[in-house]
Order: sequence, then structure tokens, then C-alpha cells
Amino acid sequence: MVRDKAFADEVIERSGQNIKLCYQCLKCFVGCPVAPYMDHKPNSIIRMIQYGEREKVLSSHAIWLCVSCMACGVRCPNDIDMSSVFDTLREMSIEDGLAYESERNIVILHEEFVRNVKLWGRLHESTFFMPYMARSLDLFSNMESGILLMMRGKLPMIPTQIKGIEEIRKLFDEGYKTQGELAGKE
Amino acid sequence: MEFSFYPGCTAHSTGVEYSLSTHAVIDALGVELKEIDDWNCCGGAAAHSISKLLGLALPARNVAQAQKMDLPLAIPCPGCFNAVKRAQNALTSDPDMRDRLEKIVGFKYRGDLEVKAMHQVILENFSLDDLKNRVKKPLAGLKVASYYGCALVRSPEIVEMGDYENPMFLDRLVEAMGGEPVDWSYKVDCCSADLAMTHGKIAVEIADRIMEGAVEAGADCVNSACGLCQINLDMRQSGKKARKLPVLYFTELMGIAMQIGDREVWWDKHIVDPRPLLKASGLV
Repeated sequence: MVRDKAFADEVIERSGQNIKLCYQCLKCFVGCPVAPYMDHKPNSIIRMIQYGEREKVLSSHAIWLCVSCMACGVRCPNDIDMSSVFDTLREMSIEDGLAYESERNIVILHEEFVRNVKLWGRLHESTFFMPYMARSLDLFSNMESGILLMMRGKLPMIPTQIKGIEEIRKLFDEGYKTQGELAGKE
Repeated sequence: MEFSFYPGCTAHSTGVEYSLSTHAVIDALGVELKEIDDWNCCGGAAAHSISKLLGLALPARNVAQAQKMDLPLAIPCPGCFNAVKRAQNALTSDPDMRDRLEKIVGFKYRGDLEVKAMHQVILENFSLDDLKNRVKKPLAGLKVASYYGCALVRSPEIVEMGDYENPMFLDRLVEAMGGEPVDWSYKVDCCSADLAMTHGKIAVEIADRIMEGAVEAGADCVNSACGLCQINLDMRQSGKKARKLPVLYFTELMGIAMQIGDREVWWDKHIVDPRPLLKASGLV
């Protein structure tokens, strides 16, 4: 295993959270709704960052399964806001080209969500779901809920584009690169 | 009384009955909502998950649009509310981020925009007694488990919503409408709606745990203030271990009690039809 000694400092610097204060009380773990499904629990992620296990952390399922509900952060006795740490780890995972390693579909879902916003300025569910299904090759697991929503008139077919769409696209140009775009740049 | 208004993307889709019932209640209270011009999506759960800057810039543009109106801003969706509050927090507390955001959004942050979640618009401007006086059909005997979820109450220093482990504001509203608030353990547990599309099984397990908790506490229905929580709990509860419960918006409960709005249209939008319950409780 290659240890990245600068990893912890980089995470602390970018997230603004001093993970060195963690004394493994496990409050983040026990209050987390998705911890049972994580490969490494939130407290383990902190320990792994301290150990410099960069690649293992950035290619873990846990960082993408976190739903940013912030239950961990409000209960941490050392005021470590784990949601900010997870946000930082996801960003670093994209930069390191590891984002598709574990939870490919979650990454695709986020990418297609923001791509839809870049297209219309607002989220239009129908034109967001379709490219997600195509890219993830998950054609059936959301079929039932899609039909239910459609039957209740909850999926408008026609999108509307905002007037300031160019302003939105500027935010993307300055504020966000996909893993593919980052790889192409290097 | 006037507010600027940010509807959010779900107002016309998955949360359409939240939008309809909100407008019915707000109109009946004589509050005017002026939609902010050309608003954009706040980025939802996706933007901040893949880019810190984008996750702040999208709501920052809405702050820029709302500032122009010189009115406090009302936001019904807790996700959008949370995003705007986070952007404001970054604009206030992080000068470097503020410079970057002002530059790419193309605005100057004034710092005087007041942002309110929809229940605050009601509870901060109308006393519970005043609201009680507007009740035409009390929700008598209706046991309601109020579900707050995550974005409305956390992080507390950003959303400033008071008690974040045992919030009571929706319970008080239920009580004012003549209903019976139910004490239960899952009111601030996240419903994990963000995982519903990629991990349906996990979403069902988490929704079930919350909904079974409501049944166990003796609730007849769950009360929600979030478009994402509502559709997730309403649609994902499996009904395997406990019976399925209707999940209503607090504005719908107010609509019933105040006897306002085109309520049949709201009920048509629900997955678990609330009409049998409402009929049995003498509320239809």
C-alpha cells in the first residue's frame, strides 16, 4: 500500500474540517442512515485519511453512498462536519480519476443531473432520467416508479429553458469539470 | 405582507401538490408571493457532491436574482432552502469564495437578504391562536407524525431552525389545526431519497424503517415539509411489515383544516391515497 503523507493535510485544507481531532467515538457511524451499506464506515474513513490511504478512500463506495444528511456533523463532539469531508473526498476522487471505480451509477446520476441543469437552467426530470438510464444501462429498476409518477401527472414532458441560460453555462465553465474533461486536459 | 418567492424545480413535477397547497394556504393568509425572475435550479444533491464551487454558484445566482426584489425570500423546498443558506454562509464567512462567486455569477453580494422556509413564513407572521381561529374543520382525532428530515434542520448554524434533534414546529402547526401530534423517534432521520434511483433496495429499507416507526407510534399519517422526502416515503414504503400510511404536506393538512383549495386535485397526486383515511376521520 502506498501511503500519501500529505493526504490528510490536503483534506483538512480543502474541507476546512480538522479530522485530526477525531478520537473514534463512533457517533458519526451510529447515526448514519447509510452506514450499514458502506464498505468503510465514516469513522474508518477518517482513520484511513489519517493513515494516508488515499487511493483506498477515493475509490471507496462510502464516499458516494453518503447522502449529505449532516446527522454525523451535528453529533460530532469535535465539530467535524463529515458532510464537508465527504464533499471534498468526492471532488478529489473525480480529480484522481477514481470516481467510476466503486459507485459508477451514483456518479453518472450526479453528472446527468447537473448536465440537465446546464441544458435548461432548471431540472427537467424526464430528460434527466433518460440519459441516466442509457449511460448506467439500468433500464428497468426505476420503471415502476417512473410509470407511477407519470400516472400521477408528476413528470412534465416539455422542458422550459431559463432566459439566463448562458449565465448558468458560465458557472459550469468556471466551476466544474467532469472526470473525463479533467483526464483530457492532462 | 410580501415575500419574494423561489418555487424550485419540484414545484411543477414531483412536488406539485406541495406547490398547489402552499399557494392555497398563503393566499388564504393574505400573504403575497412574488416569484423571483428567471430563477435556476439550486443544484440539488448533485452539484455539491461533485463540485464545491458549482454547488455554491448555482444557489448564489438565485441569491443575486432575489436581492434585486428587496423582499425577504420564501422557499418551500428544504433542499433549495438549505442550498441558498449554504451559499449565503460561504458568501459571508469566506472572503476568497465570495470573490470567486461574485465574479462568476456577476453580482455584488449585499448580505441583507433574509431567507425563510415556508413554515417560517407562516409561523413567524401568524400566531398559533390566529391560525387556530382560521380552522373551519379541526383535524380532530387525526394522529400525525411530523417528519422533518435533514435539510430543514441541519446544519443548525446554517439553517438556524432551533432544536435540530427534536424539532417541534410542524407538530405545533398540527396541534393548531386541531390534530394530534405523535411523539416518535424518526423525525430527523434522513429518508435517503438521493439513493432511490441508484439503490432502490436501500431506499426501500430506509423508508420502511421510518414509516414503520410512524405506525408503531400510532400515527394515522406522516406530515412532511419536503418534496423529496414526501415522494420518497410515499412511493418507497413497501407496506411489508406495517400498513402503508399516507404522507401529507403540512400545507395540505392546513388546507383541510382551513377548508381551502382544490383538495381533490392534491389527493390525485399522492401514491398512497389519503382519501380513505380522511373519509374515516370525517375530513372529506
